[in-house]
Amino acid sequence: MTITAITKTDSGWRLFLRTIIARAYPRIIGQQREKSWIFFETFLPFIATCGYVFVYRAMNAPEDYIGFVIVGGAMTAFWMNVMWSMSAQMYWEKENGNLALYIMAPNPMMAILLGMAIGGMFATTLRALVIIVLGTWFFQVHFAITSFLQLFAIFMLTMTALYGLGMVFASLFLLFGRDAWQVVNLFQEPVYFLSGFYFPVKSFGFAVALIASVLPLTLGIDAMRQLSFASGPALGFISVEIEIIALMILAVMFILLAKYALSVIERKAIEEGTLTDRRR
Amino acid sequence: MDNSAIKTESLGRIYKIRGAKKDEAKERVALLDVNLDIKRGEFFGLLGPNGAGKTTLIKILVTLLAPTSGRAFVAGYDVAKEPQTVRPRINMVSGGESSGYGLLTVRENLWMFGQFYGIDNKTTLKRIDALLDIVGLKDRANTKTSDLSTGLRQKMNVVRGFITDPEVIFLDEPTLGLDVNASRDVRNFVRHWVSEQPQRTMLLTTHYMAEADELCDRVAIINAGKVLACDSPANLKKHLQRDVIFHLDTTPLQNGALSVVKDLPGVRQATHNAVDGKSEIDLILDADNVLGSALSTLTAHGAHVINLQKREPTLEDVFVELVGMSITEAEKVTT
Repeated sequence: MTITAITKTDSGWRLFLRTIIARAYPRIIGQQREKSWIFFETFLPFIATCGYVFVYRAMNAPEDYIGFVIVGGAMTAFWMNVMWSMSAQMYWEKENGNLALYIMAPNPMMAILLGMAIGGMFATTLRALVIIVLGTWFFQVHFAITSFLQLFAIFMLTMTALYGLGMVFASLFLLFGRDAWQVVNLFQEPVYFLSGFYFPVKSFGFAVALIASVLPLTLGIDAMRQLSFASGPALGFISVEIEIIALMILAVMFILLAKYALSVIERKAIEEGTLTDRRR
Repeated sequence: MDNSAIKTESLGRIYKIRGAKKDEAKERVALLDVNLDIKRGEFFGLLGPNGAGKTTLIKILVTLLAPTSGRAFVAGYDVAKEPQTVRPRINMVSGGESSGYGLLTVRENLWMFGQFYGIDNKTTLKRIDALLDIVGLKDRANTKTSDLSTGLRQKMNVVRGFITDPEVIFLDEPTLGLDVNASRDVRNFVRHWVSEQPQRTMLLTTHYMAEADELCDRVAIINAGKVLACDSPANLKKHLQRDVIFHLDTTPLQNGALSVVKDLPGVRQATHNAVDGKSEIDLILDADNVLGSALSTLTAHGAHVINLQKREPTLEDVFVELVGMSITEAEKVTT
């Protein structure tokens, strides 16, 4: 019996797409098979969000602030996903030998990361939706959405830029091991803070808010709040239109940077022998 | 058209040692001036102890590591300059690897890796079924990978390497940690695969001499980063045909006894392994009549012979002859 016959294989964009779908698959199917995520990835973050809601309530803050916290809480899910399930995931991929197989295969590494991102986004969107639905229901949040189209555009641009940033971080794991793990740890809380997850970023003042705007989440959350709540525009950092343009620039910039970083760091990692070295 | 599937020219690799102290070595030579020419269709073995440089050589050939000197070609392409051309033509299976995702079933994991090579779904699934059947894993196709034993998981890894039908496949200690039956299944499978199409090439690294002897058309013996010999197992052993080889089991050997035996006239090599409260000694002698003096010396050092056997030379003996110590001893030196 012949095991294999001459094979016609895809290359170019077809291979790129195949790789994205294949690498997204474990993430999506994992949600069905590992039900514990409902508790760890939905209930626990929801409790954290509730904590901030009660703080605002105790301070008699305007009711829209509760909605701000719910939106921020939902968006933390994506940041967590980018940092732990995409960037730091590369550390585990190296540990279990998958990284070597990804590099050795003809598929582009960018497609692997996009697959991880899309698979992760699918799972995380569910988590974010749960936080928004439960939060809205528990705390009687009143949305006043002015443009669904702009809201959708902002969300997609934020995700593109955010996952582009995640890819840049992921490339670090090709070269480093535990060191990069520490960097990811180091970034988690400052990003929570600077992105204004639980408060309007305008509170920082213009200069700090401008610097914080290099993080896609900062502008993304601010714009989403402006479009979703009555007091949003008054508490917003800059106009939604400018935020959309800035997010477009960030999205392109981070994707290009990720492509460049992956290519340069892969070459460097092959020279230094760090792709398969599990001790680092 | 060049008939070489794998070719290396003065290939070398030096690792920088991070965090080395002042009085410690800053570099480690993993490969030194390796020249190999493996023809298309060959089943080639790379034999050597752990730490000899086998895995480093494979990493270079599969484009995961850059050489620090020399050049390497796989399927006719330079691995350092044209990795994207080499990659669709190769695959690799390593012993003890835990690739894939535990939440996915065996079939799903294999499908995923097939997609990374751009193989269409129909072909991938057909191939997965055929290969799982051959390695005796078909009934576990829908089992989650995390529920597989080590042996079954390794069989899945072997299938993963072959579903892409590579021109050149690299097997890095593929039977490491497998039980006898699983090892035999893997060996039968690779033998079958390579015999199916004459252009398929396989590079196997192993420190199991019998495995290389059984499977390979040619073997290269490597130690401390250098290739010491390269020929067919039969030709390598032929060099020892004029020698006489004895295997002895004795009561535990005293320190220094083996050195005395090694120094006897007519004793070419002597190696020793302590196993289960006894000593296993292999002697390579110039002639039968040297055995008497060797036995007398051992007895004088308090060792009593339990078992004595004259045997044919093996690749292990070739290794001992070339390196001056057994593969087990060489591993101790390296580590």
